[in-house]
Amino acid sequence: MTDALRVDRLGVAFDHFHALRDVSIRVARGESFGLVGESGSGKSTLLRAVVGLAPITSGSIAVDGEVRAGQRRSRAFFRKVQMVFQDPYGSLHPRQTVDRLLLEPLAVHGIDGAEARIRRALDEVGLGPSFRFRYPHQMSGGQRQRVAIARALILEPEILLLDEPTSALDASVQAEVLNLLEQVRRDRGLTFVMVSHDLGVVTHMCERLVTMRHGRVVEMLTAAALATGAVSNAYTQELLRASKGFVRAG
Amino acid sequence: MSPLLVVENLRVAYPARAGGIIEAVRGVGFTLRRERLGIVCESGSGQSQTGRAVMGLTAPQARVTADRLAFAGIDLARAPPRQRRALRGGRIAMILQDPKYSLDPVMTIGRQIVETLRTHQPVSRAAARRRALDMLAAVQIDDPERVFGLYPHEVSGGMGQRAMIAMMLVAGPELLIADEPTSALDVTVQLEVLNMRERGMGLIFISHDLRLVSSFCDRVLVMYAGRVVEEIASGDLTHARHPYTRGLLECLPRIGDDRHPLPVLDRRPEWAA
Repeated sequence: MTDALRVDRLGVAFDHFHALRDVSIRVARGESFGLVGESGSGKSTLLRAVVGLAPITSGSIAVDGEVRAGQRRSRAFFRKVQMVFQDPYGSLHPRQTVDRLLLEPLAVHGIDGAEARIRRALDEVGLGPSFRFRYPHQMSGGQRQRVAIARALILEPEILLLDEPTSALDASVQAEVLNLLEQVRRDRGLTFVMVSHDLGVVTHMCERLVTMRHGRVVEMLTAAALATGAVSNAYTQELLRASKGFVRAG
Repeated sequence: MSPLLVVENLRVAYPARAGGIIEAVRGVGFTLRRERLGIVCESGSGQSQTGRAVMGLTAPQARVTADRLAFAGIDLARAPPRQRRALRGGRIAMILQDPKYSLDPVMTIGRQIVETLRTHQPVSRAAARRRALDMLAAVQIDDPERVFGLYPHEVSGGMGQRAMIAMMLVAGPELLIADEPTSALDVTVQLEVLNMRERGMGLIFISHDLRLVSSFCDRVLVMYAGRVVEEIASGDLTHARHPYTRGLLECLPRIGDDRHPLPVLDRRPEWAA
């Protein structure tokens, strides 16, 4: 079976700064895959490179076995791959209503039956029809992130790229959004690639993960191995320690 | 030892657009010694307004009242603006949420740190520069000379946060209020930085991360809808009694436990009563 997403020896450089070097990952269809690392490790850049938002200098990206080069992506690509960004305050147009925001991808892709689809999409993310004509500033952070998820799902993609989808949210809202993501993944058989700096979140959501540092993959491991502490790499161990909270000296 | 900060029945109210008022803080009280006090709550619970009221940074249209608001014996509620200005940045400092918005974008990082120091202490330019560089090194910036001359947009979020911490600590404050200082990631580095520079100051650490706060602070106040619903020693967190505190602890995903779906918080109207 072809992998849902396959990244081979990918390099990304901004001028002289190498954000990614020689990164390879394979994500199977229906899998939930995590990317972990400190800020600046290149985990978000990897997702952005997949959707054509970062300058690729070497290597290749293949979705469903089909190789994508450069930064151009076809419309068909975005029917398959959608992304949810970290900051629900920044990723929704401030002067568009939810209705308009959800209509946009349908219009771009020439999909009809917009009315029914928008209703269904809102329903699926647990927002009632009363949210349809609100503006982003009239909603809480959690509600906005639900709208961003609805916007990604409305095209019925197969792969969802999630860039820190809950790190801007309060703990209790985070739980709600994580539950929602698991629900839609189960219902639709989606493939997830999820970036997070929170090992708790990643092990909860993903079966396998890689740790990244300075633009390289440090270690690939299963969530189960991480849970039992069967971690060989020193940096991953450090992350694992850090996730347990602050440790007082002495 | 006398307490560093005494807050009794603090209220912050904003006039609402439709008439009437919105009470953001509704009778918060605590005393702080030279210790680490955590305030845990979710957005909109009045935690930042509490910190700002202590700093004297509440927006002008708001009404701040308190039975007592005293810092090291100074009655803040009655202190003239000049005195509050002298305290602010000198003896009381506050680390704000987002370095992107709270550093001056058209001033180099070094100049901002020097400015803070020279506003509060009579030191020469050269001495101020030396102390700013020492401070940058102390917050674990590898190349202080280089960062000193950079503008805020030229550094990463984590670096900006550290520069901000350096700026707040350079005048040697006795009370430091940290408002969600870890939202710009790299939690551990910043905690180490705060930990190291503490030197017997009082710290109010505001965060929504209950586990982080409890591992870092001595005592934790849990706020909900503008009130303190529970005060608890951080070691006793597992014995938290209020359903809100327990709910906050429960809904965090933990490594190696298998709870699908995660329990979510069931907010009761009586908590806000």
